Amino acid sequence: MSKKHEMARRIPIIVCFVFGLFMLVQFFVPHRLSGAAYETVLDWMQIVFVFTLLVGAISYAKLNVKKVSRTESGWGYNAIGLVGLAVMVILGLWKGTGEETPFLWMFNNVQAPMQSTMFALLAFFVASAAYRGFRARSWEAGLLLVVAIVVMLGRVPLGSFISHWIPDAANWILRTPSMAAKRGIYIGIGLGTISTSLRIILGIERTYLGGK
Amino acid sequence: MKNLQPFAGTYMLRPKLATFCLVFFLLTSTVSAAGLPVKLNAVDTPNDKGESITLTIEGLPQEASEVEYELLRSAVEDNSFQVVEGWSVKDTVFVDDNVENGVEYLYVLKGTEDQDVQFSAVVGPVISRGQWFNTERTNVLLGVAICFLFILGFVLYARRGKKFYVRPIAGLQAVDNAIGRATEMGKPILYSSGLGKMDRVATMASMNILASVAEKTAEYNTPLIFPNYDPVVMATAQEVVFEAYSKAGHPEAFNPDNIFFVTQSQFGYAAAVNGIMTRQLPATNLFFGTFEAEALILAETGNSVGALQIAGTDSTIQLSFFIVACDYTLIGEELFVASGYLTKDPQILGSIKGQDFLKALVVLLILIGGIAGILGWNWFVKLFSIG
Repeated sequence: MSKKHEMARRIPIIVCFVFGLFMLVQFFVPHRLSGAAYETVLDWMQIVFVFTLLVGAISYAKLNVKKVSRTESGWGYNAIGLVGLAVMVILGLWKGTGEETPFLWMFNNVQAPMQSTMFALLAFFVASAAYRGFRARSWEAGLLLVVAIVVMLGRVPLGSFISHWIPDAANWILRTPSMAAKRGIYIGIGLGTISTSLRIILGIERTYLGGK
Repeated sequence: MKNLQPFAGTYMLRPKLATFCLVFFLLTSTVSAAGLPVKLNAVDTPNDKGESITLTIEGLPQEASEVEYELLRSAVEDNSFQVVEGWSVKDTVFVDDNVENGVEYLYVLKGTEDQDVQFSAVVGPVISRGQWFNTERTNVLLGVAICFLFILGFVLYARRGKKFYVRPIAGLQAVDNAIGRATEMGKPILYSSGLGKMDRVATMASMNILASVAEKTAEYNTPLIFPNYDPVVMATAQEVVFEAYSKAGHPEAFNPDNIFFVTQSQFGYAAAVNGIMTRQLPATNLFFGTFEAEALILAETGNSVGALQIAGTDSTIQLSFFIVACDYTLIGEELFVASGYLTKDPQILGSIKGQDFLKALVVLLILIGGIAGILGWNWFVKLFSIG
């Protein structure tokens, strides 16, 4: 490996170590200087993000232009995507993004309803996933089915109409065994996070640089 | 010759200091005897960045009274007392955050009933300063130190050649089969790291898995499509995949157009990925990272196109959806051990072993905590409170 390449890999590891250690120490130091340094780092992150957003937008535009120019399969969707990107940029720069602007109108009347539509699909997907997931093929699946029925009934007025035990049972299931399982997973995730973070800070894990 | 006495130079100040203290004590004693029967105490607020003084007031009337109370503050230099805004008679503990660091302040409580005005003893001078260590987080520091010791200890143990066993994880074992399936079917592999930004550890873990997946897709010449929610993740992913392709000996096969930015809108991203799935019909979907409400939309659409799906996330809510809709799911920390599991790197496996021992310690502390709770040992529970 050439010296240049070696340096190109070593510098990010050193930077990662220094900043990782700084953020760790900063958590324990309440002094004003520590807080100011932390805010500065957050500002740097925002600046980096803005530049990478530009890179992302250019990448998006390049890819879609290529597909449209080659009239690849589905190029119409790419064209619509490009038109949408251009329209929003032009509207934002021309009339601003504040109240009563065409940009905000487009967002509220085009973007937001489309997002809500996608969110609404979730209801149907939950039903289809539940249908597949709750088939009682084994005793565990049967138990899951019974518990799911109790919890679903406990969450609607019908459950308390049938019996006052149903909402109580539903709440107990959510507060006790379900919460216990969740907390167990959280503990595992927490420890995994600590371990992964430490490996990255110390340079043991370098995959984000592209491997060893 | 150096004067090595610790208080050298202050010798002559001692009698003056004593006199001042005596006069001050007499004065305050006299005032308190005839003044408000309240005890006022002011200290620099501990464990903060400064610009804050905490006052405790004892002896204020519990019920409504005709006395109107005001808390007054003066900088020693100014010698003029001003009313402290925000304090009311119900506040027996009050944080005055309208002060400057390094300035000496005096406090006094004023009580007014009709024309009669009384004062409490003057408290101070007190100086607000920022602290360099938050003592309320000492237990967190100890916990972090223990974690570091365990993980680093096992990493060093692994460096000496010790081999560690990691139990089989079905989801990770299936990654190879999933890639092989896509190769045989001549269809692409779809990879998604969800909505996480690069500062999330789950996204970093996803990049680790991506490297292994990309190396295999390079060997098998299987297209890898990776739509991104975050441009920083996109940039990182392009680098990771390119290096993986280079490592596999096929840098020319790397197509940067396959790793692209889509949108930073949650459901816009879901719609885009769904569109890719329905048009390009991937044989394998790999979802590793941070997912939110769009998780089930992605997984169900993938299921509808007949893709083999392997998922892993740090969100417990979305985990349940993935378990139902996907063929294999990495639960909790399995996502974070993936890099060691797939690469068989001894140091990473060592850190995983350290993690396991930490988990055992956590279980032990939970058991002791349960017993402590039953026995009423509140001091044990307080050991784990965080300031």
